Amino acid sequence: MTAPRPLPRLDADNRPFWTGGEVGELRIMRCRDCGTFLHPPRPVCRHCLSENVGPEVVPGTGVVDTYTVNYQKWHPAMDVPFVIARVALDGAPGVYLTTNIVGCPAESVDVGDRVRVRFEQHEDVWLPLFEKIA
Amino acid sequence: MSLSNEAYITGVGQSQIGVKLARSPLLLTVDAVKEALDEAGLSIGQIDGVSTYPGRVAQMLGFSPIGADELIDALGIRATWYAGGGEISSQLGAVVAAATAVRAGLARHVICFRTVYEAAALSRPDEFPMPRRDRVDGFSQWTAPFNALSAANWTAQYAMRHVKKYGLKREQLAQIALTDRAHAALNPRALVREPLSMDEYLAARMISSPLCLYDCDRFTDASTVLIVSAGTAVNEVRCTPIRIAAMAGTVERHSWDQAEWTASYATGRDLWTRTDYRPKDVDTVQFYDGFAFYALTWFEALGFCGIGEGGQFIEGGRRIALDGELPLNTFGGQIGAGRLHGFGFAHEAVTQLRGKGGARQIKKADPRLAIATSGGGPLATALLLARD
Ligand SMILES: [Zn+2]
Repeated sequence: MTAPRPLPRLDADNRPFWTGGEVGELRIMRCRDCGTFLHPPRPVCRHCLSENVGPEVVPGTGVVDTYTVNYQKWHPAMDVPFVIARVALDGAPGVYLTTNIVGCPAESVDVGDRVRVRFEQHEDVWLPLFEKIA
Repeated sequence: MSLSNEAYITGVGQSQIGVKLARSPLLLTVDAVKEALDEAGLSIGQIDGVSTYPGRVAQMLGFSPIGADELIDALGIRATWYAGGGEISSQLGAVVAAATAVRAGLARHVICFRTVYEAAALSRPDEFPMPRRDRVDGFSQWTAPFNALSAANWTAQYAMRHVKKYGLKREQLAQIALTDRAHAALNPRALVREPLSMDEYLAARMISSPLCLYDCDRFTDASTVLIVSAGTAVNEVRCTPIRIAAMAGTVERHSWDQAEWTASYATGRDLWTRTDYRPKDVDTVQFYDGFAFYALTWFEALGFCGIGEGGQFIEGGRRIALDGELPLNTFGGQIGAGRLHGFGFAHEAVTQLRGKGGARQIKKADPRLAIATSGGGPLATALLLARD
């Protein structure tokens, strides 16, 4: 996609997630009391209300839970088609990421595909994109 | 429960439905208010409450240009209760709020309205600027960086799961759009009045697979009004009151991509715990179809068929046609009538229960019970409406 991607505004809660790619880490917030993974990241556990939470590095692999191939140019500079997918992360039960599956033809993606993170830097943000594991 | 503690939808009204209308959003709202007052035989002085969704949205005025505050002031309403906001279980949550208020004795006759100006706003960006997208926060930050910019993309992923898990076919999903368009052709106010054929549907370009162009509603400029009246005040009204027999509304994970299921499923389950009616008693359904897939999920969510069986249930389209066992979206839905954003479904349910559908009136004699829904993503509301 050549069109610029809208980027997240960084704050204390989301910074570990959006900048982990600088050191190759996919980080998901986790409660250190009950172990629940928390996404979107917040300073309190949605399961036990503990504030003892912090970012944890997860493997960066996962499975395509569902997906869509986008054909619509939402603005003129957008390159289509491309794949938007919901990836269920390994090692972080219950957490899904909306992302793009890159590095393969759009029509080749399917539910159940194994994928691995591939970070792409835009300014001060490292977007976790995913590619299929051969 | 005594009848006096019930809530009713009395007058309903609607402006013209158009694209790039010159008439202002406030005046479109006034058009709908006047029609609703006329039908109910009420004067504006008898209105003492206002409820709307999502209130005025300053950063996206086309989406919601008029809030409760402005309408109250513009029409000189003396409100003893009012509310307007987006943090509610989707569009018809504003009707749930009004019904709750009249049952609590906070108001007697409440104007519920939804005004949209999305088509005009696109053509007049100086007056109605689009939100800036340089940096995003809140829910958008989890989708927009991946160019999942539209609700079409988010919804398509739920639909794709139905395709992969339950074998939903395009020819099945098509029946939502085909039915909507067939019914819209019979509605003089509908935005799109030409029927759609299966061949045209199957040849349509994809927007976000498996959703094609005809699975998406169309921006429009319009206002819809429903007056919710207290049981203690319903004798002041001259139209046939329609009782709100049960209500339900839920939210799943607010971030669309964390939810396992759309909110319609929990909403549908809750609705039937609050009434002795059963799905077999329902004469017509008006299901939210901002994307066609949502209407399909509502059949499953409300127990008209099993989960995953929605495609088979509507296959061929006979069952959901005007003369079928469960007529769907008889005004054309948002795909045919235009994106009225939730309120059109309740407006039409009331119209059908009063036998006022004209050329699009369902063929069953003496309809008594209808369902209107809104939402279907992470937010959903269902109303069970009865003519006693
Ligand atoms: Zn916890």
